[in-house]
Amino acid sequence: MTAAAPPAAAGDSGAHFDYLLQLADTSLVLGQRLGEVVGHAPALEEELGLANIALDLIGQARLLLAYAGEHEGRGRDEDQLAMLRTPDEFRNLVLAEQPNGDFACTVVRQVLVDAWQLELYDALQGSRDAHLRAIAAKSRKETAYHFQYSSHWLVRLGDGTAESHARARRALEQLWPYTREMFDEQAADRELAERGIAPSAASLEAGWTTRIEGVLREATLALPPQVPYRWHGRRGIHSEHLGYLLAEMQVLQRTYPGAQW
Amino acid sequence: MVAEAAHANAIESRAWAALREVRDPELPFLSVVDLGLVRHVAADAAGGLEVGLAPTYSGCPATAMIRAEVAQGLRNAGFASARIVDVLAPPWSSDWLTDAARQALARHGIVPPVGAVHSPRELRGAGAGQEPIRCPRCDSTHTEELSRFGSTPCKALHRCADCLEPFEYFKCI
Repeated sequence: MTAAAPPAAAGDSGAHFDYLLQLADTSLVLGQRLGEVVGHAPALEEELGLANIALDLIGQARLLLAYAGEHEGRGRDEDQLAMLRTPDEFRNLVLAEQPNGDFACTVVRQVLVDAWQLELYDALQGSRDAHLRAIAAKSRKETAYHFQYSSHWLVRLGDGTAESHARARRALEQLWPYTREMFDEQAADRELAERGIAPSAASLEAGWTTRIEGVLREATLALPPQVPYRWHGRRGIHSEHLGYLLAEMQVLQRTYPGAQW
Repeated sequence: MVAEAAHANAIESRAWAALREVRDPELPFLSVVDLGLVRHVAADAAGGLEVGLAPTYSGCPATAMIRAEVAQGLRNAGFASARIVDVLAPPWSSDWLTDAARQALARHGIVPPVGAVHSPRELRGAGAGQEPIRCPRCDSTHTEELSRFGSTPCKALHRCADCLEPFEYFKCI
């Protein structure tokens, strides 16, 4: 990556780096999860679809990680940040690391994350960070296509047979508690919101909810009730699933450090 | 000054000509210029050359290949030290395809994007509230989408309900 990026602003507390990691890691971890579908999807079209979405997500993560590395200023590039951090150093949403489960689970997780990324990338169009704004504009276009795909499938499953409806409902109920984390306000968010770099996490909730309600209505699925418990992947506190995912993703660089091909 | 500017223009024209010969690895009948990937070509007073390239999809596996082929094409034209920079903004979309590119796609049986992306907010689903996608073989408008994702990130798979042939559609994205 040689995209021109400005140097870190003076007085940066590390919040900017941390925020870029949050965005990058959600895309990276979800991309890795979707990659697991290759060879196992229910139909060739869905395999192509999910693998293409995975490629976009990993591409977005590369741009964000490369930029995060420049902000950090310690010489870590995108590969080092992806392959040599431990689970507690990852800042992705815990939702992104949840296993693929059945096809309904994969689709519901995708709808929930796609809708959040759409709101996020829209809001980042007002960022004072020009390079982040550019990455968001590019990603926004791709995410809209992902959301068309995932929401179309959720409607087909929810408004399909009794079996597909039951599975979609079960997946939604299972994954819903992980969505609260998206709108949980962290100190870093507040700092970046004040500096005009990123939206506050809570400001994304109304748009996300409207989008999700629209899809669920069409899918004849009910909005699950709110739950008080919140996960904290964005602060590095993860479910047990992330360790296994990273062990597979990082095994080559961990076994043969610096290996290239 | 005038002589220098004319010299820079001549260098840039030569570079553009070289870039028009660089083919897309997945659509070899299109050049990187036809695809709208070359954003700028700038010669400086010191004889250096900078070429701005827009990546297509974040996850397009051909991006690194395109970059390498652009570098090779420039080297072959005598620009061994040309700098290639990524240009992310404004993002590439199918709106950047030239008319020549659209005609070439159609000649090769790939339906060019129908309509325009305009704003990223106005992304439309294929077939939803837009002009019909015509079968490249029999021109029927009676077509359906088989898969939103095709053999490459830029294409979707459709089928004609009249002649029953499947065909590729260059996504409007």
